[in-house]
Amino acid sequence: MALDNKTDAGKRQFKIVGTRPLRPDGVDKVTGRARFGADMSAPGMLVGAVLRSPHPHAQIRSIDTTRARALPGVHAVVTRADFPTVDDAAIADILDNCMAGDKALYDGHAVAAVAAASGAVARHALELIAVDYAPLPFVTDVDAAMKPDAPALHPSRADETVPPGLSANVMARHQFGHGDIEAGLAAADRVLERSYRTEATHQGYIEPHACLASVGPDGKADLWCCTQGQYMVRNTCAAILGMEQGSLRVTPSEIGGGFGGKTTVFLEPVALLLSKKAGRPVKMVMSRDEVFRASGPTASTSIDVRIGMTKDGRITAGFAELRYQGGAYPGSPVDMGSMSAFAPYDLEHVKTIGWDVVTNRPKQAAYRAPGAPMAAFAVESAIDELARGFGLDPLEVRLKNAAREGTRASYGPTFPAIGLEATLRAAKDHPHWSAPLGPNQGRGVACGFWFNFGGDTCVSLNITPDGTVTVSEGNPDIGGSRASMSMMAAEELGIPYEKVRTIIADTGSLGQNDVTDGSRVTFAVGLATIEAARAAKREMCKRAAQVWGIDADAVIWEDGAVRPVSPNAGKHPPMTLAEIAAIASNTGGPIAGHCEVNAEGAGVSFGTHIADTEVDPETGAVKILRYTVLQDAGKAVHPDYVEGQFQGGAVQGIGWALNEEYIYGDDGRLQNAGFLDYRIPVASDLPMIDTVILEIPNPGHPYGVRGVGETPIVPPLAAVANAVSHATGVRLTHLPISPPRLLAAIRAK
Amino acid sequence: MQYISPTTVDEAVHALSSATGACRILAGGTDLLVQMRAGMKRPDTLLDIKRIDALHQITAEDGGWRIGAAVSGAEMGEHAALVSDWPGVVEAVNLIGSTQIQGRATMAGNLCNASPAADSVPALVAANAVARVVGPHGQRDVAVLDIPSGPGKTTLEPGEFVASTYLPARGARSADAYLRFIPRTEMDIAVVGAAVSLTLDADGICTAARVALGAVAPKVLLVEAAARALIGSRLDAPALDALAEACSAAAKPIADKRGTVEFRTQVAGVLARRATLIAQTRAGGPA
Repeated sequence: MALDNKTDAGKRQFKIVGTRPLRPDGVDKVTGRARFGADMSAPGMLVGAVLRSPHPHAQIRSIDTTRARALPGVHAVVTRADFPTVDDAAIADILDNCMAGDKALYDGHAVAAVAAASGAVARHALELIAVDYAPLPFVTDVDAAMKPDAPALHPSRADETVPPGLSANVMARHQFGHGDIEAGLAAADRVLERSYRTEATHQGYIEPHACLASVGPDGKADLWCCTQGQYMVRNTCAAILGMEQGSLRVTPSEIGGGFGGKTTVFLEPVALLLSKKAGRPVKMVMSRDEVFRASGPTASTSIDVRIGMTKDGRITAGFAELRYQGGAYPGSPVDMGSMSAFAPYDLEHVKTIGWDVVTNRPKQAAYRAPGAPMAAFAVESAIDELARGFGLDPLEVRLKNAAREGTRASYGPTFPAIGLEATLRAAKDHPHWSAPLGPNQGRGVACGFWFNFGGDTCVSLNITPDGTVTVSEGNPDIGGSRASMSMMAAEELGIPYEKVRTIIADTGSLGQNDVTDGSRVTFAVGLATIEAARAAKREMCKRAAQVWGIDADAVIWEDGAVRPVSPNAGKHPPMTLAEIAAIASNTGGPIAGHCEVNAEGAGVSFGTHIADTEVDPETGAVKILRYTVLQDAGKAVHPDYVEGQFQGGAVQGIGWALNEEYIYGDDGRLQNAGFLDYRIPVASDLPMIDTVILEIPNPGHPYGVRGVGETPIVPPLAAVANAVSHATGVRLTHLPISPPRLLAAIRAK
Repeated sequence: MQYISPTTVDEAVHALSSATGACRILAGGTDLLVQMRAGMKRPDTLLDIKRIDALHQITAEDGGWRIGAAVSGAEMGEHAALVSDWPGVVEAVNLIGSTQIQGRATMAGNLCNASPAADSVPALVAANAVARVVGPHGQRDVAVLDIPSGPGKTTLEPGEFVASTYLPARGARSADAYLRFIPRTEMDIAVVGAAVSLTLDADGICTAARVALGAVAPKVLLVEAAARALIGSRLDAPALDALAEACSAAAKPIADKRGTVEFRTQVAGVLARRATLIAQTRAGGPA
């Protein structure tokens, strides 16, 4: 029996992969039939609500819930005292973030929760809970938090990488690189030293966190929730609540955006505990205000860069020191920022140092290429300033220094075949790069990188008796994975796309799956889907050979049917998948294929973005005139979705560059917890984002697929800032480039 | 909470006078319902004026227009004669919220919500509009300028509400314009707003002008020095410079999450200048 060659991805002719069939979730989403987190309900269901700290930092002296519990209609009240003690530090932090212990660590930190017969009763009950707070000094700014005398959130929690004598808010130090920075800088014609700042942004998913928990008297529990990973929810909640993983079944809902923000838990352990206490199902839905104040935005940063360049554009050395505050607990993505900062470049001398800092802000969560966009903003701004200072084409300078196959990456490994140079050449050839500009207009370019990930993955593929195919995967579909998996299964099986339906399984139906993150799903779940299909094909070959009474080695799978490998094997007409399925019961029983794998070989991904901006010099308003994304996708399974990822990442990055920011007042409270004053771009703020998909196959995937979801948010911060600088002659080193900030810079020129 | 929906103004006045506890007037509800949902307002009584036919009318009166308090922004935008007379007022009203909001939101509600950043209010003040206030002691006419008294506060007495707004008659070669600055292109709140209403003579010389600013003080500002800078000029560069300077000088903004003092002060002058040029074009331009 012969199957398709695994290593021919570059030459393979695809029939379905690379086409643009209808998305399977589209009709449900536009008709309202799709069920999101808040659409779940159960008989006898109660409504849960959370009381949140109004203080950025306070000792919780006591919590009196007597009056709330006495309110008619209230079925359960929980505080931290109701949760078990957790030993594992990371899980303990997640628990503490879900429900404060001795201290409230940020404005919006949960301190108590109730389950009641209605939302109105629940909200009333919250007002009856008396919390005795002793407010403490607080700090929300990363640089202020690093000062030795800054208010300390967690005295004595720094890990062993932190030298003594620093602020107690410094949790960890990371270092990457190779070569000799000072020697490299000495070889430069100019050394640029700049400091950059970026503000915290939120993923801005439209669907708020929501869940429905039901715990039975036997301790068996079910949870329906909006998440990027039902297995993560199961394992985390089980660890927090002292349950066995097998006794908690988690079913993910349709998801209205996540972008990394739904890779942890906020409400779920609380809802489970309330349900256990009340003996009834409990539903909890965050308000938008709660989403902003108490879910996981990304880090704000302060970054110093030193880069040396020769006058012909060769980068002689790159150094960056990155300080990221990740909210009230350790774990800001400064490690990934430090690793990715110089990843697009082939540098002999490169070094980054990252500092993980805690502040009185909500615990950060992943946000699309966590940590990388801010680092790229700093490095790509500095390279642009150097290139323009020498009168060099910023695109040529990037080409001159681009990482290629064989380049030793700034973070350690040596790159295999990568697509950065291809994106730069495509950018140079693109009509956008040479289009004329008008007054007050400028053009910026920037590159970006993301690692991508594989991880634990299970897929089960079943052949039904009528020859249709069902695929079960364990990863919520955020970026079109049901379509992509159906396409890859159909491609492999040689049947039409419409014959395959992919569903997202609950935690009881498949083995462990990593979260939908790291741009892993099309790569890893795709790989597992292909392997599951191949397993089913092997079984079908066996069945046909059995029917024909010939050896299994004497048949081949071709064009959706089993055929004798040669005339010597006998004259048998091809047996199709449907024909084999129809007689499966008589040839050994149902036919399925499955794959369980820790997928390795996720190829890194690079992109180059070009942005044109027009600045109103009298108001500081920035208009995005034109925007082009060029990125390596390895192989675009469904190009619509790939383009959608490119466009969506660019738009989120544009928002980050221009207007989005967490604004804290002097009182340490978040000032803009809503979409009015947390300004994500609206449709009329944007041009159509143009896309160019490049396909440099990933050798680690049967079809050459690379993850594409995260890289597109990495370049836009710098691309927009570089364009604004080109348009105005002033360089903004502090994002967002909001109109007041830009107008002040223009007037100071 | 009690909900009342009278069908006449008299009924509404009576209901309002006899209501106990906090009572709020509900017109479009695009501010009030949001504030209630956020827990910022908890009225004991909601008095809905949308079932009062008289308050749904846009009526010609003495050459001007009377606009009922329940008229939505979308209805104003579709009234060709009103748009022709007061394009600046209508564009200001139509800037409030989204298309969906426009189907509900009212100009009187925008006025009585008393936000310093209200879009319609600078345009109404530049237009010298007059609010008709009804209450237990009858009706009184009050200049729109005098309705708001500070953020979220009005000069309305207990039991009073605004039943309509009157826009005066428009002469020849007269027009108005309103501009606001927002960081986005839609779905936002003015960081600065500027309205200009002016009249030109046959030679293009400005014979009358009113200039008003929003979001740069606790309440809308009527900037008489800015109007003086325009009157008697051909709206040439020196006049516009003087106008911009007068507006920036009059602005007394705060710094907040939406903008700095310097930004608002500077942009007030920029927008007033740009609004003047739009109004000039609408009024028939230079001779």
